[in-house]
Amino acid sequence: MTRFLLRRILAMIPVCLGVTFLLFSLLYVTPGDPARLVLGEEATEESLQEFRREHYLDRPLLTRYGLFIYNTVVHQDMGRSYMTRRPVTGEIANTFPVTLNLASGSIVLATVMGLAFGIICAVKQYSIFDNITMVIAMLGISTPLFYLGILLILWFSVQLQWVPSSGFDSLSQRLLPWITLSATSMSIITRMTRSSMLEVIRSDYVRTARAKGQTERVVILKHALRNALIPIITIVGIQFGHLLGGAILTESVFSIPGMGRLAVDAIKARDYPIVQGAVLYIAMAYVVINLLVDLLYAWVDPKLRTQCR
Amino acid sequence: MDQQREHILDIRDLRVQYHTDTGLVKAVEGLNLSLARGETLGLVGETGAGKTTTALAIMQLIASPPGRIAGGSIFFEGEDMLAKSEEEKRHIRGGKIAMIFQDPMTSLNPVLSVQEQIAEMIRLHQKVTDKEALEKARDMLGLVGLRPERGPDYPHQFSGGMKQRVVIAIALACSPRLLIADEPTTALDVTIQAQILELMQQLKQHFNTATILISHDLGVVAQLCDSVAIMYAGRILEKADAKSLYANPQHPYTQGLFNSIPDMTKNVTRLNTIAGLPPDPTELPPGCCFAPRCAHASGACSEGSPRMVEYKPGHFVACSRMNGNGGGALGPAEERGQAHG
Repeated sequence: MTRFLLRRILAMIPVCLGVTFLLFSLLYVTPGDPARLVLGEEATEESLQEFRREHYLDRPLLTRYGLFIYNTVVHQDMGRSYMTRRPVTGEIANTFPVTLNLASGSIVLATVMGLAFGIICAVKQYSIFDNITMVIAMLGISTPLFYLGILLILWFSVQLQWVPSSGFDSLSQRLLPWITLSATSMSIITRMTRSSMLEVIRSDYVRTARAKGQTERVVILKHALRNALIPIITIVGIQFGHLLGGAILTESVFSIPGMGRLAVDAIKARDYPIVQGAVLYIAMAYVVINLLVDLLYAWVDPKLRTQCR
Repeated sequence: MDQQREHILDIRDLRVQYHTDTGLVKAVEGLNLSLARGETLGLVGETGAGKTTTALAIMQLIASPPGRIAGGSIFFEGEDMLAKSEEEKRHIRGGKIAMIFQDPMTSLNPVLSVQEQIAEMIRLHQKVTDKEALEKARDMLGLVGLRPERGPDYPHQFSGGMKQRVVIAIALACSPRLLIADEPTTALDVTIQAQILELMQQLKQHFNTATILISHDLGVVAQLCDSVAIMYAGRILEKADAKSLYANPQHPYTQGLFNSIPDMTKNVTRLNTIAGLPPDPTELPPGCCFAPRCAHASGACSEGSPRMVEYKPGHFVACSRMNGNGGGALGPAEERGQAHG
């Protein structure tokens, strides 16, 4: 198990290197001059050159990439924002927890509700509850989240005035963003749980459990669910990744000061250091989540557990 | 009432139906069957005859929907199973009636250790601590010929024959009064089959459990069973003690089955078969369900189902020739007793 973990953590290094290199290449070919954007239209050619030299923008791609990796790894320094002149690590330290909170809150909500709805739908297949839930899930998958976010604000903040429409400090402020961001994932997890459970419920070992005289609740939660969980975990992992991306839109709709908004503003302003930092953090979050998913697999599926040893 | 007391199981006029898209499938239609304490009955029939459905009906495990018990009664130890509450049924399932399923590869839960799967059965029906249950589970593993130390292992770490041993250990963990073995050796290769049959023979003596052995293999049944019931299209066509049935099969279907067993001493180019196919369970023929394939069928065969007739003491046949309507061309029908059950 320790060897498995060690191997997986070492595997994070090439992934992060690959992601950052890809990002550097993309930024390199993207049109737009940060120097002109930062210094403005009236800046002299000299000051532009000075800015480029200062930020190594006049160097070749590989040199810039090498410098970035060196500074990040050796000095834990990802540079300063062109716009605010504040260190990137500080900016991210301020905003990343917000985004992580938004995404984790949403994935917890999506998983708990998705599992519950999916299990009930599978147990009561073709019932009214099942049919209505499946229609709502279909709506949940097909509604764009910025649209859903605006609708929710209109209903619950403007008309009913139950919760505030922006910010992310109190629970009441977090409720709408969590619901908005989790809607799609919740729908997907509900549908996945339903179909996975339906498959397992008909299996022979569930019949064996019933033949033992086991109660229906234990048959479903112990015998069926643990087997049905294996594909559901995959989906939850993938969805968590999507949520980190989706957080950018949600943060815009609800004016949440998260890393998503920071990154979008930075891309518009060609604020390369911020973009690089944000993408590196998101990539690392992805890798860590995938590792957690693999550990969950091993916990659920004894076949994998014996292989991990 | 007397008969109910002496019989551990008494099924009367059982009808089980499945609602499907193509129509109403009458899987079991008017089945009568009884089983004495300690008796081993072989339930023989081809695929789709309703053997497994009968077993699931006894266990009260017919999946509903699409299935339902449409009529009849199942008396277990003199009490009507159909009248019991779900709670009472749960105590009987596993505790008093246990079942071994056909495919050991899929009937064990892949994410639970085998000792946990055996211990679960023990915890459900006996007042024991978790530790005692696990201990007893490991004892059961020893009893079915597996090393008790393998208890914490998972099903994927066992071979097919070993898994079937685990399934047998689960079924027998609470010393049930009735064991239903649904084709326990069909999914196994021949050498393992022999081992499992021998194990079942030993355990049958050890626990003195009444057993219903469901099979389509007349050879397997001959090895283990005291009596044999031949099932076809949801009904019992013939029931007798094994000796009488193997020596002197009376029903044309049973005779056809025996004729279909290849004779190793003769050099034949074609194997004997029973002409035709089993009837469509959504559209059973009126009268005797075997009549369309029967060489001895007469007009009387399509009028009403033939009653069970006691051809010899303990040897029952449901054929209109025995009822005195047909020709009686095959074999004497000396002792025509009254209908059984």
